[in-house]
Amino acid sequence: MKELKILAVVVFFTLLTYWGVEPYAHSIMHVHVESEHYAYDDLEPLQKTGDATRGAEVFMNAGCIGCHGVKAAGMPAPMDPVSAAASFGVNPPDLSNAGAIFDAKFLAALIKNPAHALKVEHKFTGGRTHPMTPFYGLGGDLDQEVADIVAYLKSIAKKPEDITPKMAFETACGRCHAVKYDGWTQLGEKPKFKHKKDELLYDAKVLDYQDYLTKYMGKLPPDLSMYIRSRGEHYIKTFIENPQNLLHGTAMPRVGVTADSADKVVEYLADVGDSKRHERDSVGKMVMLYLFIFAILAYLWKQSIWRELH
Amino acid sequence: MAHFEKARNLEEWLDQRLAIKTLRRVLAEEYWIPKNINFLWAMGMVLAITFGILLVSGIFLLMYYQPNIETAFDSVNYTIMQEVEFGWLWRHMHAVAASVVFLIIYIHMFTGIYYGSYKKGRELIWISGMLLFVTFSAEAFSGYMLPWGQMSYWAGMVITNLFSLGSLEFNGLVEWIRGDYVPGQAFLTRFFMLHVLLLPLAIIGLIGLHFGTLRIPHVNNQDGEEIDFDEEAKKYLAGNKKEAKVIRFQPDFLSKDMFVVSIFLIFYFYLVFWHFDFAMDPINFDPADGLKTPPHIYPEWYFLWSYEILRPFPKDPGLIAFGFAQVIFFFLPFLDKSPNVAPASRRGMFKVWFWVMLVDMIVLTVMGKLPPQGIYSSIGFVAAVIFIGLWIVLPIITKKEKAV
Repeated sequence: MKELKILAVVVFFTLLTYWGVEPYAHSIMHVHVESEHYAYDDLEPLQKTGDATRGAEVFMNAGCIGCHGVKAAGMPAPMDPVSAAASFGVNPPDLSNAGAIFDAKFLAALIKNPAHALKVEHKFTGGRTHPMTPFYGLGGDLDQEVADIVAYLKSIAKKPEDITPKMAFETACGRCHAVKYDGWTQLGEKPKFKHKKDELLYDAKVLDYQDYLTKYMGKLPPDLSMYIRSRGEHYIKTFIENPQNLLHGTAMPRVGVTADSADKVVEYLADVGDSKRHERDSVGKMVMLYLFIFAILAYLWKQSIWRELH
Repeated sequence: MAHFEKARNLEEWLDQRLAIKTLRRVLAEEYWIPKNINFLWAMGMVLAITFGILLVSGIFLLMYYQPNIETAFDSVNYTIMQEVEFGWLWRHMHAVAASVVFLIIYIHMFTGIYYGSYKKGRELIWISGMLLFVTFSAEAFSGYMLPWGQMSYWAGMVITNLFSLGSLEFNGLVEWIRGDYVPGQAFLTRFFMLHVLLLPLAIIGLIGLHFGTLRIPHVNNQDGEEIDFDEEAKKYLAGNKKEAKVIRFQPDFLSKDMFVVSIFLIFYFYLVFWHFDFAMDPINFDPADGLKTPPHIYPEWYFLWSYEILRPFPKDPGLIAFGFAQVIFFFLPFLDKSPNVAPASRRGMFKVWFWVMLVDMIVLTVMGKLPPQGIYSSIGFVAAVIFIGLWIVLPIITKKEKAV
């Protein structure tokens, strides 16, 4: 039938144009990075099996709590976030759930050599040292001590299935990145204030923190509110896994999350930046159903009228 | 004062005062359309419906959008997309319709070119249509500024810069258009005004003109046949519907239109719900940042072919070529010297001209998006030269064309 042939020509040239300006052009403009499946293959596997009880002792003696809080074990952060940022450039994370959110192999590598595990060695040259002191051991077998600390962190953390998307985001990303559409600042969730003055004081603290962070990172890390739409899931996942693959030389560290935690971070960003995605899907199905019925009725109307014309 | 009888019903009452029966007869029931048409003749109605969708969704968006450089981005991406009930739906519909409307415009234009629907009394249909194309382009561009994302800002920067006219360095003109040295508050507010008031008014006026230009020459048909509409209408009204070469606008033509519209809407809403990135560039979900130029700056897909006519040349010749591309389609009715109103397939060399033009514009479109480097630059250059060349040879090949 002639009309179908014409339609085929229209569809062909439409798809050709689409293919050229979308999939093809984007494949040329943006280097495609395959996921490394959060294997962290460049890091040494854990050599020893850790013991959580011994780990608790090593953890205390290693001096970790000089900088890190562990709220789950009743140890608050030694400094408030702004003072911590003044000292270190960024507020060191609370380690309560570190054992669940971060990969064990990564944690071990981080404890021994932070700049290497974080893939930020390019930033710490010429005598500059990473603010986190490497752990050189308490005199025993270093690998065993590190394995014990990791085992201890795992033992105090919530089970991975109890980690919510927001918790994963908070520990892995939330001390550098604000998410204003969720009321999240680098200091945490912005409280509701009764008095304008209190709010301004809080905002001033955030600005102070951001100044220290900017000095440390070179630029203020971006607000991630709309990243699920501006970067998309694939980019975010491969970027978190190894920022250097997509943005060579970036100051952003590899944060070392597990694959499961990365999924949760993406889910959190989707909940914030694309909160109506489920509604979009369900409304879409209803609209399609309506339109199919409309199309059938329109076809029957056309047939009934054109029967007399041909 | 005129004499009025007491009306028996509302229709008669209105008819006495507005002549609605005459209007209905003249505008719909006895507005004659050729019978020998295919679904491409429904693109006008598809465009009218799409414009309606743009207008209605735009009105809803206007209730929450804030034309302020501090709040514009958040009013779109937070207030409209997340807080307002179904705000996301109106925005997706608006953004996708703004892209799809150009697809239909291009199909509509190439249909006109293929069937020769721009000559022998139909010149003004073509010219008013081209005026609509230009105002739609301005409307699309001004609308693209409003979310105040990275691509809004940088596209605004690049396109307004064109008005410096290359080596003429009319920088004062660029500043006058922007209202500032760089895109800022004055820029956003004036493009907001253009987008929601001046350009839509112009478009609505031009749509009226476009309809008006169809009235006397009538719609073309698949064979370019010259039809005696009065004679054929008589046959139709005498009940000889099968033999008559014409049909009523309403309900005959409209029933076919609505079926095509229904298929179009399925396609369109599929894009709205599940495949919208092509019309809502991810880069524009980053807020505008005057200190951070995106690595790739490109316009929306429907401007790419003319962008690529600008890009491969040095600055001044590029601007001249770009200016040429913007206006040359207006002159089509006068550059086509052949008296034949017939499908391109029966017009010898013009058939070749048509398909080369179509493919060349697609090549330009794709190259316009790709980075201007290496082979893409060369292909773009050749395609741009072919585009200009095609317009130079058009009068020659159509002059030699044999009558069909």
